[in-house]
Amino acid sequence: MMLYLRLYFEFFKTGLFSVGGGMATLPFLYAISDKTGWFSHELLADMVAVSESTPGPIGVNMATYVGYVTGGIPGALIATAGLVTPCCIIILLIAKALKAFRQNKYVDAAFYGLQPCSVGLIAAAGMLVLKISLFDFGLFGETGKLIDLFNFKAIVLAAILLICTRYVKKLKGLHPIVFIAASALVGIVFAF
Amino acid sequence: MTFGGGYAMLPIIEREIVDKRHWAELDEIMDYYAVGQCTPGVIAVNTATFIGYKLAGVPGGIAATIGVVFPSLIIITVIASVLTAFAEVPAVKSAFAGIRVCVCVLIFNSVMKLYKKAIVDKASLALFIIVFILAVLLDVSPVVFVIICALGGISLTRLGVRGK
Repeated sequence: MMLYLRLYFEFFKTGLFSVGGGMATLPFLYAISDKTGWFSHELLADMVAVSESTPGPIGVNMATYVGYVTGGIPGALIATAGLVTPCCIIILLIAKALKAFRQNKYVDAAFYGLQPCSVGLIAAAGMLVLKISLFDFGLFGETGKLIDLFNFKAIVLAAILLICTRYVKKLKGLHPIVFIAASALVGIVFAF
Repeated sequence: MTFGGGYAMLPIIEREIVDKRHWAELDEIMDYYAVGQCTPGVIAVNTATFIGYKLAGVPGGIAATIGVVFPSLIIITVIASVLTAFAEVPAVKSAFAGIRVCVCVLIFNSVMKLYKKAIVDKASLALFIIVFILAVLLDVSPVVFVIICALGGISLTRLGVRGK
């Protein structure tokens, strides 16, 4: 019972404070991971891939996935309900005064500060994914050799993906699922 | 059925709600969307709640919210149960190690896209840099950053720093 209450509360908080949609929930999920130990950083990175390859809003997908992993099917339902409760309440409250809300100078000014904040938080969460995917701190800790710190296979793959998704005209418009599938194959073939 | 988060939903909402069912006009949907972006939470959920509310009041809003999360709920639960069962298979482990590299790149691309929209002047650039560095170095809840930056946005605007 306590687990379900905490799941609801943590995702309620995520829904209330994550601004800007999509990846905005990521920093909050990392905070939940650090605080509760319900799931690892590795699992969270896998979850981003699953969310990018399945239908539906990424925030909802992540809540469902984390809820399921920590508390089974009831956990999935409760975490998702927690995430959407604040959105639902806020929208119902402001629905009548929609235009006035949008043009309110305080709301506008707050979002002027919130947008760079959201980008900064997502970028910081990205650093955590970088740390577990491109580096090998475990091996470096054992051997103390600088060369063991870098996961060279992964760095080469990252460079190729970066070029393909940003600069190759024919590829960059493709759905992320294509790149995720290709990376999975490369991971198996080259034994990452 | 939308892949890839909030923005992917717009054309589908347009087709289903505006063209087929005439539940709302396109410019209304655009308004919903803009508000969805400047309220906390998931944009697609916000938009669905709005359309539901417009058609059938508070119960409509709640019904539409349940509708929009339901497919994800089922699909993700199935995937999660399969994944946890196969997580220890070596080939699956290697596949996910490869996938994590891809996730880095996807997050980077997402940050670049958001960056162009959010960093509009010197003050917003400063906010971004400060939040990024502090979030990497300190073990502070993102909630704290969000509250401080909302207040910061209001103060900076009142001080007349915005837009310079």
